Amino acid sequence: MNTPATTTQPRVPVPGGREPLLAVTDLVKHYPITKGLLRRTVASVRAVDGVSFTVGRGETVGLVGESGCGKSTVAKMVTRLVQPTSGSVRFAGTELTGLRARELREFRRRFHIVFQDPYSSLDPRLRIVESVGEPLVAHRIATGAAKRRRVCELMELVGLSPAHIDRYPHQFSGGQAQRIGIARALATGPDLVVCDEAVSSLDVSIQAQVLNLLKKLQRELGLSYLFIAHDLNVVRYLSDRVFVMYLGRIVEVGPAAGIMQRPAHPYTDALIGSVATPTSSGGFRRSRVVARGEVPSPSRPPPGCRFHPRCPEAFDLCRVQQPPAYRLTGDRLSACHLRAGEAEGVRDG
Amino acid sequence: MRNAAPLLAVHDLHVDFDTPAGPVAAVSGVSFEIEPNETVALVGESGSGKSVTALAMMRLLGRGATLRGQITCDGRDITGLTEKQMRSVRGRAMTMIFQDPMSSLDPLYSVGNQLVETVRLHNRMSRARAVERATELLDQVGIADPRGRLRAYPHQLSGGQRQRVMIALALACSPRLLIADEPTTALDVTIEAQILELIRGLQREYRMSLLLVTHDMAVVAEMADRVVVMYAGQVVESGAAEQILRQPQHPYTTALFQCIPTPVTDRSAALTAIPGAVPSPHELPPGCRFHPRCAVAFDRCVTGQVPLFPLDGGARHSRCWLSGDAASGRADRTVVTSASVPGPARRRR
Repeated sequence: MNTPATTTQPRVPVPGGREPLLAVTDLVKHYPITKGLLRRTVASVRAVDGVSFTVGRGETVGLVGESGCGKSTVAKMVTRLVQPTSGSVRFAGTELTGLRARELREFRRRFHIVFQDPYSSLDPRLRIVESVGEPLVAHRIATGAAKRRRVCELMELVGLSPAHIDRYPHQFSGGQAQRIGIARALATGPDLVVCDEAVSSLDVSIQAQVLNLLKKLQRELGLSYLFIAHDLNVVRYLSDRVFVMYLGRIVEVGPAAGIMQRPAHPYTDALIGSVATPTSSGGFRRSRVVARGEVPSPSRPPPGCRFHPRCPEAFDLCRVQQPPAYRLTGDRLSACHLRAGEAEGVRDG
Repeated sequence: MRNAAPLLAVHDLHVDFDTPAGPVAAVSGVSFEIEPNETVALVGESGSGKSVTALAMMRLLGRGATLRGQITCDGRDITGLTEKQMRSVRGRAMTMIFQDPMSSLDPLYSVGNQLVETVRLHNRMSRARAVERATELLDQVGIADPRGRLRAYPHQLSGGQRQRVMIALALACSPRLLIADEPTTALDVTIEAQILELIRGLQREYRMSLLLVTHDMAVVAEMADRVVVMYAGQVVESGAAEQILRQPQHPYTTALFQCIPTPVTDRSAALTAIPGAVPSPHELPPGCRFHPRCAVAFDRCVTGQVPLFPLDGGARHSRCWLSGDAASGRADRTVVTSASVPGPARRRR
């Protein structure tokens, strides 16, 4: 199949072609905690606290971390479902954060998000043709017969029968419903698809089908993915580069293969140690518990390195000084004081 | 090796649910045993009937479910017990913890209140003594400042702490069997590692058997002595965990292992996915229930019911003609293609 995603829609030429598709700089999201009659702000939840990364054209960037690390808030800010407190989101060379609703509309067709629960993003009372076709109508791309044709194309693209476009969401299994969610995300021919735990609630046999589908779609359509998940092995399989987040900040960056083999941050080490890995005898083994305690509340992040209360290697400096992102060999970044000695420099920002 | 009387034996268990479309079989003829101090993992994807089997063992299925077969606990068949008689079995003989601890904890009562009540329900003791015991239990499950935490309400605890409290509740009357239904599925990986280590330690200390209901092969590998793999309401394979993880006999188990990405999975190749989806209990395929999705199905798989073949002198079992043929030397097989598969078989790729 070589059906391009944009048969019904001419693609706008992209200004600044050499820039990465998505460039996020110093992104911050603080949610105020208010108290009393006057709703005074007494504190804030620092969900995302200065995150920078890029996603190249046709690239898959994985974002991993545990609950509360801010990965989903990043996804929502990138797709402008949530307004950032500060920082910059540049998409194809245009700054998105200052745009007004009407200006933003032009860009909305070029990025889409797929959520974890496929049923909650499909209206149970709408037939599939209406749900999947909704973005086509909203962006005035197609209506009526043209919309039906395009929805049929999309269904085929994601491996479902076009004969089923008049069915309702409950008539599909979880895996099929997630394929429909992907079809909907692809309707307007986007350049970037943000997958927020998109395969996490699927059974492993279905998860493998959807991962294969995502890879196939990327090959055929040249998509970029921001792939957010908590399963390191899934992220490693799909991503070119991986960003590890902890409590609102990025702690490590590196190529997918390298980061799993030789983690450069104790938190990444703990994450990998907590995931079972196959052994030579054919089984799986998990190393010992490596991270003590639990993730602190993002409203009161610890001083210094945010991981230090749980880190087995923490020393005096970690408790007082926040580590910068040290640049290491092999396109790696690590925000750990232990890496200062081998660092080739510090990333600004 | 297995001559001691099993602590618990499930024999030919059938569970049917009444639905508007008529009765459906959620569990069809499941048998397995749990020895004292043994950990058995009941493994399967959604719809396999693993949770229904566990609930049936606790007699928690409620109205609308019909149960046939025997469940013997310490030599006594509990399927015929009245609800009142069951109350002395639950808690003392066996107890159960669930994936979501919040749904099992009462939000209106403090942790101490719920623990003290449970302790006194099952043991005759003074309130003061019960408070002592509750504090001791919280300490055992690794809650810091147990005396102070008695006053906490469930919403004030993190997910990991709530699961620890659930485990404390389950231990209140020193049960001989702990049934844990996806106990760590809702938790982050670093917390999952901690909770599994806790369960393992308590199992030794309390000399409990453990029935671990899970979909996660990593958890199985880490915890289980024996594994029972379920598919569409039936046991398809059972045996020692080491053997099953190293050399699965049933094509479903084999395929299940292959579709899980690992740190060594080839990132450039497609994952080995199982086509189609788990059949609905309303439309179970004839013959082997896995045949429409099986890569090695042949003529006999399509028609007759497949028995559970004993292998290795009865140490393991596999519900596949190929396992039976290998044991008996039979070799007549005609490979079927998707075109010749009758009935509701799904599209194969």
